[in-house]
Amino acid sequence: MSTVDLEAKIPNNVGLRDNKRLMMALEKWQPKFLQWWQQLGPTDFNTADVYLRTAIGVGQGGWAHFDYVKMPDYRWGIFLADGPADRKIHFGDQLGEKAWQEVPGEFRNRLRRLIVTQGDTEPASVEQQRMLGHCCPSLYDLRSLFQVNVEEGRHLWAMVYLLQTYFGADGRDEAEAMLERHSGDQDNPRILQAFNYPVTNWLDFFAFTTFMDRDGKYQLASLAESSFDPLARTTQFMLAEEAYHLQTGENGLGRIIKRSGELMKAGTDPAKVGAIPLPIIQRYVNFWFTGSMDLFGGEDSTNAAEAFAMGLKGRYRESDGIYKDPKALQANYSLEVPTEEGKIEKREIPLRRAMNAVLLDAYIADCKRIVERWNRDLEKLGMQERIYLPDHKFNRHQGVYAGFRFAPDGKLIDEATWTHQHTGWLPTEEDRRYVDSCMKKVTEPGKFANYIAPPAQGVNDKPIEFEYVKFH
Amino acid sequence: MTDFQRHPSSYRHWQLTTDGDVAHLRMNVDAEHPFAPGYELKLNSYDLGVDIELADAIQRLRFEHPNVKVVVVGSAQERAFCAGANIRMLAGSTHPFKVNFCKFTNETRLSLEDASQHSNLKAICAVNAACAGGGYELALACDEIHLVNDNNSAVSLPEVPLLGVLPGTGGLTRLVDKRKVRRDRADVFCTMAEGLRGKKALAWGLVDAIWQKSQFAEKVQTRAKELAATLPNKAPKGITLEPIRFERTDTGYRYRHVSVELEGEGRRATITVTGPQGKQPRTGAEYEQAGSSAWALQCWRELDDALLQLRFDHEQTGLLVLRTRGDRDALLQVEKDLFAHRSHWLCNEILLQMARTLRRWDLMARSMYALVDKDACCAGAFFEQTIGCDRVYVLDHDQVQMAIGPLSSGALPMSHGLTRLQNRFLAQPAQAQKLAAEQPVLSAPEADEQGLATYLLDPIDWDDDVRIALEERVSLSPDALTGMEASLRFGGAETCDSKIFGRLSAWQNWIFTRPNATGDEGALTRYGAPESARFDWRRT
Repeated sequence: MSTVDLEAKIPNNVGLRDNKRLMMALEKWQPKFLQWWQQLGPTDFNTADVYLRTAIGVGQGGWAHFDYVKMPDYRWGIFLADGPADRKIHFGDQLGEKAWQEVPGEFRNRLRRLIVTQGDTEPASVEQQRMLGHCCPSLYDLRSLFQVNVEEGRHLWAMVYLLQTYFGADGRDEAEAMLERHSGDQDNPRILQAFNYPVTNWLDFFAFTTFMDRDGKYQLASLAESSFDPLARTTQFMLAEEAYHLQTGENGLGRIIKRSGELMKAGTDPAKVGAIPLPIIQRYVNFWFTGSMDLFGGEDSTNAAEAFAMGLKGRYRESDGIYKDPKALQANYSLEVPTEEGKIEKREIPLRRAMNAVLLDAYIADCKRIVERWNRDLEKLGMQERIYLPDHKFNRHQGVYAGFRFAPDGKLIDEATWTHQHTGWLPTEEDRRYVDSCMKKVTEPGKFANYIAPPAQGVNDKPIEFEYVKFH
Repeated sequence: MTDFQRHPSSYRHWQLTTDGDVAHLRMNVDAEHPFAPGYELKLNSYDLGVDIELADAIQRLRFEHPNVKVVVVGSAQERAFCAGANIRMLAGSTHPFKVNFCKFTNETRLSLEDASQHSNLKAICAVNAACAGGGYELALACDEIHLVNDNNSAVSLPEVPLLGVLPGTGGLTRLVDKRKVRRDRADVFCTMAEGLRGKKALAWGLVDAIWQKSQFAEKVQTRAKELAATLPNKAPKGITLEPIRFERTDTGYRYRHVSVELEGEGRRATITVTGPQGKQPRTGAEYEQAGSSAWALQCWRELDDALLQLRFDHEQTGLLVLRTRGDRDALLQVEKDLFAHRSHWLCNEILLQMARTLRRWDLMARSMYALVDKDACCAGAFFEQTIGCDRVYVLDHDQVQMAIGPLSSGALPMSHGLTRLQNRFLAQPAQAQKLAAEQPVLSAPEADEQGLATYLLDPIDWDDDVRIALEERVSLSPDALTGMEASLRFGGAETCDSKIFGRLSAWQNWIFTRPNATGDEGALTRYGAPESARFDWRRT
């Protein structure tokens, strides 16, 4: 592809035309990306016309440009959010100094690692979800899936832009490696284990986008505070798209809950009509919520302390000035820690070491809000049943609670109790078989699978029965 | 006191299994059971307790499993091969403990290399996941390093960029001396906290093979079998290493053949080693029969244990006074028999054990004086131990003899590869050669004449001169003495082994005590602390 084509193909606000080095790097990388998409993206839908939103600028209008697009022709762009030219570092040891426009040598490797780890999750989720289209509950939802997929692809572009622009030859190597690792590949897996399991049904998908993508939001939010200005501005723009993915999950799961509630209200057992009983939904919520918390890293983490001290990762909304001490040196964080004697004790750790826990707290508060929203729908239907968010100590495999058994209410329990009860708390094989059996493909415009309620409104003011995806 | 005795049945941190001629030694550190309270051994990071078990496992392989030809050193944890020495442990340790910890871990890794070189027990390191710092140094001590090629697992030496110290277990030396990694690449590697993965690690010579994750275990096993097939059979069955036990006395502790008396408010320890008593095995088969209670094995295992106790539990003890006791002829007979049967696997192992213990003796960071008095049994390996001391005081008395045995000609080399006679007579190589070849029994004046006595003392002066010598020595600066002794003890050229210890004492220890590492704002102190390190930028 010629340089001119490349410039036309890649909407950007990073001066791609004048950046010879980036241009050369992208010329090599872009065909590999397309090849990857053709092989490991939602391959079987490459010829479909999908009503997609494409970002072509960072302004208000530019962000929400809708049209029918074949996914391989999607214009994956590179955008940085606007920011003040003379931004100052607003947390950590270098508080008050100028934000970095180039990567400082001493933080280069660490920053690269952060970007690679974040970047690796983006194509990973596309790979995880690649077969989902075959059992979509509606055209509306199929469109949402593809929107999420192409935007995760764009997020990969955003990370690759940073690697290729600021990290030299190593950065280019890392950009290639992100297309070489594959979700679930035994020999060359994705970096984070949670991104190596296939997502094969829509309950998983909505729970994934509700909880795992929300972890992504918080990770991006902490990078959006970064003293490395290009990273901060890139992730700020990504956050706008991420918010859409979260809504897709939150609304999707909400519609499944609502549908089950409606059936129950009418005296129908959801299990009898291919809808999903609330206890199963609860177990899926338990599974994905707890799995997503593991992605935050250890609650007591020296890595997190260093990333904060160096100014690489800030707290959630750090720049809004909501924290009293931007150096985070004064306070301690009180962490609940299980002891070998089977008790929970409070341990005071320096706040900086608790940065993962601080971010996790913000995340949990956000998740609580969503569950409350779902419950309001149940309440409106006059139902007694509710969805609950399990305690943050339940079912953890990373951090201070890993290796201990907790009940969903946060009570420390013994192994025998766990063995006896965990099938009531986490999805069973039977649950999975049942949920899979509900996954009937529905592609008639305006129709929905029986386990999910229609959305309140369509996309971009289009009606719900709009043909969001056209097959050929 | 520290217990250095372990048994595979009660390992907390390792799993040792054997399958024909291949053994698997898998690291599976129990994070909740560190050697001392105050830190967690996450990600297969290690401390003294972990390394004592490793040392034990290597000993067991040598003595109890002579049928094993290849040991695969791996990890039972999926997420980490080994993260190296535990940083919190190091940061919270005293300087003497840190140095002794590093020295012990070095000796353990050298024993792995010694087994490869002299016992036909080869080691393959199966790096199944992240391998950092001391983890990679353990790998470097193996004959081959196999790394999983999963785009994620790296080998690294992050000490300089992360902690402001040096790798403490021979990593730098082995990189360029053993693996002959090009120096500029080594420079890049050692300043890159995250290390290198897969193909690049292979291209730079940091590892010997890379395998895809799905094939990793199988490929390593195949290679182990293949390597084992090239090595000779030693014996189907080994002996059992019984635990070494000591009893406390009012003034010290006593083993069967070794005793330690602490004197002068603990500033001085007299170590008495006693030669063989009663009937000793004469052939390999008889040694197999006798097991670990034969003097030639037990005495040196006891001395080994005693030296470790002194290092870790008697930091105040600055001067070791060596006394030898027993029957010279009986001792020499044992050595002659061992030497004659050195092609027998067990005789070979016993000689190697003696050699290692004597090297541990050479490496004591304490002043060492030998007293050759009228009850002395200064013969054979005890003679070696005597001239391994910084000074040799010989009583001018008819009963005093010094006898050189068959092992002085090369069976008990120092860590820089010389015999103790060669090391003593650097200016007269012919003299070293002559004494080793003739194996003379020398009277006190003859020993003096031959250059084996520092002082030949008249009986009327003995008590007083010895007392004054000991008192004078313990009055000098312990730091200066440590450096001086380490410099003077090892003359001539260096080897990889001696460099490892030399760099450890000269550079690593110095860097460890500098403010840039362990000051209030030093990198090691601040590692994992909320604030970053601040350096004093001046260089010498």
